[in-house]
Amino acid sequence: MFDWRWDFAWEILPRLIVATGNTLIAAGAGYLIAIVLGLVLALAQRTPLRSLSWIVREFVEFIRSTPLVLQIFFVFYVGPQFGVRLDPWTAGMIAIGLHYSAYLSEVYRGGFEAVPKGQWEACTSLSMSMRQTYVRVIIPQALPPSVAGMGNYLVGIFKDTPMLSVIGVAELMHAANAIGSENYRFLEPFTLVGIIFLAISLPSAGLIKLFESWVRRRIGID
Amino acid sequence: MAYLEFLAEFGSRFLDGSLITVAQFLLSAALAIAIALGFGLLKLARHWVVRGVATLYIELFRGTSLLVQLYWIFFVLPLFGLTLEKFTAGFLAVGMNLGAYGAELVRGAVRSVPKGQWEAAYALSMSPARRMWRIILPQALVIMLPGWGNLLIELLKATALVSLISVTDLMFEAKQVNSTTFLSIQAFGTALVIYYVFARFLLTPAMRRLELSMARRIGKA
Amino acid sequence: MDTLTAYPLKLDGTDVPMVRFMNVTKKYGALTVLENLNLDIAEGEMVSIIGPSGSGKTTVLRMLMLEQINSGVIYVDGRPLTHMNKNGALVPADRRYLRTAREPIGMCFQHFNLFPHMTALQNCMEGPVQVLGLTKREARERSEELLELVGMSEKRDQHPSRLSGGQQQRVAIARALAMRPKVMLFDEVTSALDPEVIGEVTNVIRKLVSEHSLTMLMVTHQMGFARDISDRICFFFGGRIEEQGTPDELFGNPKRERTQQFLSAVKSAD
Ligand SMILES: Nc1ncnc2c1ncn2[C@@H]1O[C@H](COP(=O)(O)OP(=O)(O)OP(=O)(O)O)[C@@H](O)[C@H]1O
Ligand SMILES: [Mg+2]
Repeated sequence: MFDWRWDFAWEILPRLIVATGNTLIAAGAGYLIAIVLGLVLALAQRTPLRSLSWIVREFVEFIRSTPLVLQIFFVFYVGPQFGVRLDPWTAGMIAIGLHYSAYLSEVYRGGFEAVPKGQWEACTSLSMSMRQTYVRVIIPQALPPSVAGMGNYLVGIFKDTPMLSVIGVAELMHAANAIGSENYRFLEPFTLVGIIFLAISLPSAGLIKLFESWVRRRIGID
Repeated sequence: MAYLEFLAEFGSRFLDGSLITVAQFLLSAALAIAIALGFGLLKLARHWVVRGVATLYIELFRGTSLLVQLYWIFFVLPLFGLTLEKFTAGFLAVGMNLGAYGAELVRGAVRSVPKGQWEAAYALSMSPARRMWRIILPQALVIMLPGWGNLLIELLKATALVSLISVTDLMFEAKQVNSTTFLSIQAFGTALVIYYVFARFLLTPAMRRLELSMARRIGKA
Repeated sequence: MDTLTAYPLKLDGTDVPMVRFMNVTKKYGALTVLENLNLDIAEGEMVSIIGPSGSGKTTVLRMLMLEQINSGVIYVDGRPLTHMNKNGALVPADRRYLRTAREPIGMCFQHFNLFPHMTALQNCMEGPVQVLGLTKREARERSEELLELVGMSEKRDQHPSRLSGGQQQRVAIARALAMRPKVMLFDEVTSALDPEVIGEVTNVIRKLVSEHSLTMLMVTHQMGFARDISDRICFFFGGRIEEQGTPDELFGNPKRERTQQFLSAVKSAD
């Protein structure tokens, strides 16, 4: 009954490791998009323009309350309807980046709200412009408390990359699926994928904690 | 106009899919809550072996992807002689996965009940089980309800993955409609809106109301 | 009742005050915090504001720096601050005008509000570099001089979290001075400090009074200190100036009953 085959596991490992590289690239690229776009979404919600901040707020809510896998399909298939063909990688990065930017914008929002009012007043008393206030004072203080949340979502985005396999991005899950159906054996590839995910995401959580305290010390807040 | 025709033709399929999604949601939510309570409390146990088991479960399910777990349960478990129907495999995977996240919520909430409450219950010579059930859990529940609101939305979204093992839920129907009509905006857009309405206008207000009534029941608010 | 045409576009003449509040009213929602305030502060004058909690002392300072007013006009150095001249008529100031008009004003806060991610020196250099456009070198020179003045040279490379309250407040004073303000505002700068370090901050302010020709407006609960260094004391009550005069007049011979009550209440609390 329990027929785990070491030779087969050994044979497919290199292919899975290559695919792990792709998974990491996908997670990294998606995360970069999310980090930047998330900040834009967070800042857009702070403009005095009521209508703009309302629209952005609703958009964020919408993204956060609908399934990522559906969003991936949407981005991938809607393009061709307008004559724009996105390759799986591009569509996948847009979808996953957008999805997580909504989450990160909430993290940043919390960070912004945690900056004491006195910091704004100090900037006014030094006649700093809005841009200077944000760039020099507010954002540097909003980021460190966001690091924990940002880290959680980095791990989150990594664990969500298997969904990209549904549009054919050649990441880990896609490779495991392919191996499984080529060989009619799913035990080893799927189990190995699980182990690889564990081996990466468990230590990451610890590393993120270390990084967080390093950032706080570095920036002089602690 | 065109969209109305689209709805007239495919509306019933979206409806069927939605019902399956609701069923998946309810079953996996019930499972997740049970698992969360069980493992969340086990993780607070005094004996390290018990705590270890809980930690193992939680880290295993939080450390890997839901999709991996789903495929494993559906494709690999049969090799061990345990063949599950796809519908069952679907809500089992979702419930077990989200249950692991819920366990952390439960643990955190129980631990943040003030120490004085434990001591007061102890002073009344309550048995540990009684103390947990009558004194600590009701207060912990109020603390963790907002977290559950978010978690249940995550759970609803997670049910969309069961379409990948061909459970005919909302996501599955959207994909089917898309591949027969190539009307992607209509097909996927409709599904997106249904999920959104479900999450934002049913689930969220329901949880809010529950939060309020629970808070009132223990005299906070 | 109050049209802007009644107010001059700018103040001319021989003795233009550094700060002039003209019929200024400030409300928070339905609550009128200051009513029809008229107050002149001459160049180089040190004015202390005292009064019971909630009487509007902080609000007087905040109107010069952080809040909009509901009616009246405030002038600084002869120019309107809260309003600007548009085609020969006063209109409420926009954000950009306010920012430049407030440049000659510096402010120190009860809770210091230092930037926690910058060292003492960087805190002081921030304004001069970013706002005044000084080179790093000029700003550093200026800031080091001022940190020297407040006795914080040795700690210039420390972050605020490594400084005591008194030290932070002294850095905050240096930071405000680095903008070369003509008017300095102090809002209860010693209230958040432990008793034993209050002296280091008041000594810095004393030094400013004796060695510099700054115009200063200070809210304080330290009557002895106010009496020592002020040219004039304003006693606020219920959003109005109840009584004002030289320290000796106000503390030695208060005329109004409320002033007497307040001063004796403060004295018995000491
Ligand atoms: N942002 C605000 N919104 C609403 N009301 C305010 C606000 N700031 C101040 N007030 C009210 O305005 C009145 C005057 O406040 P202010 O801070 O000027 O008093 P104060 O004299 O400085 O008192 P204290 O000695 O306690 O600092 C108070 O009644 C206060 O409650
Ligand atoms: Mg005050």
